[in-house]
Amino acid sequence: MKTKKSGLERTFDICLYAVLSVLVVVTLYPLIYVAFASISDAAYIVAHKGILWKPVGVNFEAYKSVFANDAIWSGYKNTLFIIVFGVMLNLFMTSLGAYVLSRKNVMLNKPIMIFIIITMFFHGGLIPFYLVVKGVGLLDTLWAPIIPFAINTFNLIILRTSFQSIPDSLEEAAKMDGANHFVILFRIILPLSLPIMAVMTLYYAVDKWNGWFYSSIFISDRDLYPLQLVIREILIANSTEGMTAGGSGNDLFQIGETIKYATIMVSTLPILMVYPYLQRYFVKGVMVGSLKG
Amino acid sequence: MRPSASPSHAGKPVKSKEFVVSRLVKDLALNRYLYIMMIPVLAYYILFQYGPMYGAIIAFKEYSPIKGILGSDWVGLTHFQSFFESYYFWRILKNTLLLSLYSLCFEFPAPIILALLINEVRNKRFKSIVQSVTYMPHFISLIVICGIIKDFTNSGGLINTFITYLGGDGQAMLQKPELFRSIYIISDIWQGMGWTSIIYLAALMNVDQEQFEAARIDGAGRLRQIWNVSLPGILPTIIIMLILRIGNLLSVGFEKIILLYNPAIYDTADVISSFVYRKGLLEFGWSYSAAVGLFNSVVNLILLVLANRLSKKFSENSLW
Repeated sequence: MKTKKSGLERTFDICLYAVLSVLVVVTLYPLIYVAFASISDAAYIVAHKGILWKPVGVNFEAYKSVFANDAIWSGYKNTLFIIVFGVMLNLFMTSLGAYVLSRKNVMLNKPIMIFIIITMFFHGGLIPFYLVVKGVGLLDTLWAPIIPFAINTFNLIILRTSFQSIPDSLEEAAKMDGANHFVILFRIILPLSLPIMAVMTLYYAVDKWNGWFYSSIFISDRDLYPLQLVIREILIANSTEGMTAGGSGNDLFQIGETIKYATIMVSTLPILMVYPYLQRYFVKGVMVGSLKG
Repeated sequence: MRPSASPSHAGKPVKSKEFVVSRLVKDLALNRYLYIMMIPVLAYYILFQYGPMYGAIIAFKEYSPIKGILGSDWVGLTHFQSFFESYYFWRILKNTLLLSLYSLCFEFPAPIILALLINEVRNKRFKSIVQSVTYMPHFISLIVICGIIKDFTNSGGLINTFITYLGGDGQAMLQKPELFRSIYIISDIWQGMGWTSIIYLAALMNVDQEQFEAARIDGAGRLRQIWNVSLPGILPTIIIMLILRIGNLLSVGFEKIILLYNPAIYDTADVISSFVYRKGLLEFGWSYSAAVGLFNSVVNLILLVLANRLSKKFSENSLW
């Protein structure tokens, strides 16, 4: 009886590990393929069919073209601007709201909370939103992907829950010393909330890094394109002309293919490199959010 | 504690209107700095969240940018009527619903299964590798994902090479209307499965360990433990996620769709939100498009309320 059972257990374990290993490979392989292809020779890659086990005809021409493209650099610069100022505004506004809403004995907090939560379930729609942003004169500025997205309601609720769990006694002591709400928020509450603030920062920053749609409808000046819009032109609209000047015909097509792969690497590597170090914060954020339900 | 002048609000029956007003005046005076701090936050919500709700009235008008929202002429339900009567209505409604249902059938269970599997892994190192790798695609931008999808599915791409190898015909898959839904759903699972599984893993950690012990003593194998202990343990989480999912049945995101689709596959790929985007922002049919969007928002809200009510009736779980 006992041996039979452990046999079953072993079969279960083998299947489990096999299934998950296959999953890991399938998840990872597309990226590995792109990485290999990006440092391969353009002519080889176009001729090559099927799985790449290693780069073919190693060369870095594609990366040279990508780095020589001014649009990529200006895209990085604009994205950096959006992340730095956007996240600062996000953190300021979110903690302001979360602080006030986490105070007890404030009569209007409940109606305000309802007022805010309604926006999670009902939207005016894309077109009216566009008209509002246009109306306040944000079109074609780098503030368009920043100010209309100053607060994510879900993050606000998470942060409020977290502030509520800080014991009152600290705050009362500060009040005795005559501290006002700003001092309490910035000197007491926020320093005690560094882990959750880190989570918020990462969430907002990843949103800004990946966001492209609203930039694409709000910004038409190409000098203001964030990185994602620049790479959209290269990957989705298939335009690599800017970077393949000098070649002709078939050469152009071939180098164009590797440039796509190199563009993917250049725009994805930064986030994949920091990701392993930050993973636990993200996971923590999801946990906090899900507990709130 | 706060000064004794502060009335305690919790659970006191409201006596009269004057009483409420005088209490409110006191409260506004006492907490004035808090309310002042709240002004920027409220301003944000009023302008960028409620502003568009107000702006949605252009759905009942013939909006012209020159006349503005208020100045434009009322046209009643004309836009809704022409949408409901148009050929597009059934097409995008069908596409949206089908894509949502497929996603509910295939995408929704995937992270649950993954979480249950990861939870069974005893080797810590292997477990953390599986988690890190499956979470990762969540952080890759949609543009890059769609770039990769386009590349892999074109006629000479990686996926087609496999198909030819297995004896099939290579083809430009994104030109085939019948393949769009599969491409959309499979790539969604690839990108989101790991990340969503975190929620279920968190729920699994809260399952009482003694229940597993008891099941083991009763001679339950691993599969039986998953079925009888793990799954019921995370059922409340699954139900909450399901309600939210049902509330979003008619809101298939357009970002991925507009990156992948092309006129050759509108027949299966065009959904409500992508239609709103195209009609409104590319073809400048502001009011018509706003009407379609408003219809979508209202239906979503109704679905969410219904799903929540159903869940309240049949289980203990609800959003509010």
